[in-house]
Amino acid sequence: MSENGSLCGTFFMNGDEACAEGAISAGCRFFAGYPITPATEVAETMAERLPHIGGVYIQMEDEIASMNAVLGASWAGMKAMTATSGPGFSLMMENLGLGVMLETPCVLVNVQRAGPSTGLPTLVAQGDMMQARWGSHGSYELIALVPSSPQEIFDLTIRAFNLSERYRVPVLIMSDEAIGHMSEKVVIPNVPPEQLVSRPRPKAQQGQYQPYRADGDLVPPMALAGEGYRFHVTGLTHDERGYPDMTAEAHDKLIRRLADKIRLNRKDIEECEEVGIEDAEVVICAYGITARIARLVTQQARDQGIRAGMLRLITVWPFPEDRIRELAQQVKAFVVPEINNGQIALEVERCAAGKARTILLPHMGGSVHPPETILQSIKEAVQ
Amino acid sequence: MSDTTTVAESNTESLIRMDRMPHIWCSGCGIGPTVTCFIRGIYRAGLDPDKVSLVSGIGCTGRVAGYVKLDSFHTTHGRALPFATGLKLGNPELNVVVFSGDGDLVAIGGNHLIHSARRNIDMTIICVNNFNYGMTGGQTGPTTPLGARTATTRYGSFEHPFNVPDLVAACGATYVARWTVLHARQLENSIAEALTKPGFSFIEVISPCPTLYGRMNKESKGLDTLHTYQERSVIRNGADTKDVSITADSSIVVGKFVDIERPTFSDCYSQMAERAQGAKK
Amino acid sequence: MKLWRIPFDQEEKATKPGRILIDKDRCKGCDFCVEFCPKGALVMSKEIGPKGYYLAEVADDTVCLSCGLCEILCPEFGIQITPSDNNDR
Repeated sequence: MSENGSLCGTFFMNGDEACAEGAISAGCRFFAGYPITPATEVAETMAERLPHIGGVYIQMEDEIASMNAVLGASWAGMKAMTATSGPGFSLMMENLGLGVMLETPCVLVNVQRAGPSTGLPTLVAQGDMMQARWGSHGSYELIALVPSSPQEIFDLTIRAFNLSERYRVPVLIMSDEAIGHMSEKVVIPNVPPEQLVSRPRPKAQQGQYQPYRADGDLVPPMALAGEGYRFHVTGLTHDERGYPDMTAEAHDKLIRRLADKIRLNRKDIEECEEVGIEDAEVVICAYGITARIARLVTQQARDQGIRAGMLRLITVWPFPEDRIRELAQQVKAFVVPEINNGQIALEVERCAAGKARTILLPHMGGSVHPPETILQSIKEAVQ
Repeated sequence: MSDTTTVAESNTESLIRMDRMPHIWCSGCGIGPTVTCFIRGIYRAGLDPDKVSLVSGIGCTGRVAGYVKLDSFHTTHGRALPFATGLKLGNPELNVVVFSGDGDLVAIGGNHLIHSARRNIDMTIICVNNFNYGMTGGQTGPTTPLGARTATTRYGSFEHPFNVPDLVAACGATYVARWTVLHARQLENSIAEALTKPGFSFIEVISPCPTLYGRMNKESKGLDTLHTYQERSVIRNGADTKDVSITADSSIVVGKFVDIERPTFSDCYSQMAERAQGAKK
Repeated sequence: MKLWRIPFDQEEKATKPGRILIDKDRCKGCDFCVEFCPKGALVMSKEIGPKGYYLAEVADDTVCLSCGLCEILCPEFGIQITPSDNNDR
């Protein structure tokens, strides 16, 4: 074990465990959660590991409480995380909104299973992608990352903490049952402190500090409870002092800033992997577990002489609109396989704006796409 | 900052956000006096206000967070307790106070209430009970006495209400008291005691809501309700919480009901962490 | 009051004369201070304040013992007792 508590070395572990280890390497020392398949291993790993490294694991009474405890811990200065799956994700939506409104850094992991409702608790799906974007009420922006392997969920968990601290926004990791329960080689490096980001801190004197006064980059410095700033924060629409301001003007100003701090920093946040895109006439736009099948199919198509490529979304929210718009000028079609009845395909279609066809390949969940269906769709697209 | 606090600074206004006055509470509301007792309780207990954090939920009492000059969090409806749990465990040096209403803490936050008490999280809960949902227009709540009229029980409340002190005591709270707003001295003392006592300390404050609950129940002024407290309240320290239910016209039993010692969540967690570290080595 | 001996804690426990300050801008006429002042130092006036309520006002400062109950009960944080050098009692 390294000084910062992370296990250093090469391990064979599943995605959920890798997620927990990523959090610990990122400096996370608070985890609040509620048992739910298929995310339990994240909680179990944290419950085992945190007491050794001065962290706190608490099992709350439900996911609503878990999300709130994470927000509270963040305001006490902790890097905090929770992990859940569909039904719990629904319960967390209320206070995900509070996290956005209070601009609270934290990480929320959703190991997706098939819904709606209890659905298929032990089987894979990608049905919460739009809920991740729009699940809480009101207009807001947040960040959602999608891992495709245990190694990547380790890496992305560190990145998720960094982004959440940098932009003071809850960051979602949209894993899925297949990634969560898949065991693979995971290399855990000794992450040096300079690779970890901490939230901006106030320079203003006590008494001068305004908790929501954001100069320059739209992300206000964050004081912590107990530091003597005696600040007030509220889920109500508020002004720069953090005081409620029930006017349309104040609301406009606040909501625009909350959106702009993400939108104007898309270049820093967005991340995609591109495979064989340069000369592609058809691009598979995939993410998560589905991207692993898409990668195979891209190669199969190339072997058959079809100029296919893959755009793997690593950041889904904010959606990499500009890249899709560019590619729409170049390709004939986007094939979008996803384990739901069409969610990210709608975004691709919106950005392609008729310049290229968008072919949705829905799969309702419980298993992954058979590669043949994607290959078949590619063939139809280029005809 | 506490070392520089002078007597002149330790008045109520020193911990009120005067730039936010006047507040939104109606004439004759009991929340203001409760806030005053709370602030006086902080000074009486000798706490450094910089280390006191206040968390509220939603509702009339939820607005307290916005008016006190402390690190204060106005969270979502019913969720003050889990937020406060995270805050306390994240920084054990903080003295965490949850200040909210009966609807917020006992109805929508009921699950959090019983579990926070069970875990014995070290914090102080001040629950202003006005027997109805004031902010939304006086609807019935989990504490509305049988027979009382509210905006949603025009023909008299027919649901059995919670006996809140008994509920939290049964769940393991280590300090449970109830006072009416009129028992200002005792309330201030109780708050000071609760603030310094380790564990889950719960104080129920019976408070008038003249605009809504009062008006529907023939107490259209806060003063009328305070008079009923004068007539109906009985101080019985150490009373069995089973015997302190409130009905529409029964006596209101007030006092300090529970004051026991029990290891807090953090005590138990530290012991567990030591065991874990010992086992690994 | 004439005492046959001076108690040891006289300094500490003796009531002190006070001056009552009522913030008219905040008063909402709830009557709490008037009703519960143990010395009857306050009354409701016929004057209507800026918020449209009848205001509480000081009837007789000289009887105030600085007990502070009006301060605590005022829902508006609108009453302050300050020490007075009035020793006429």
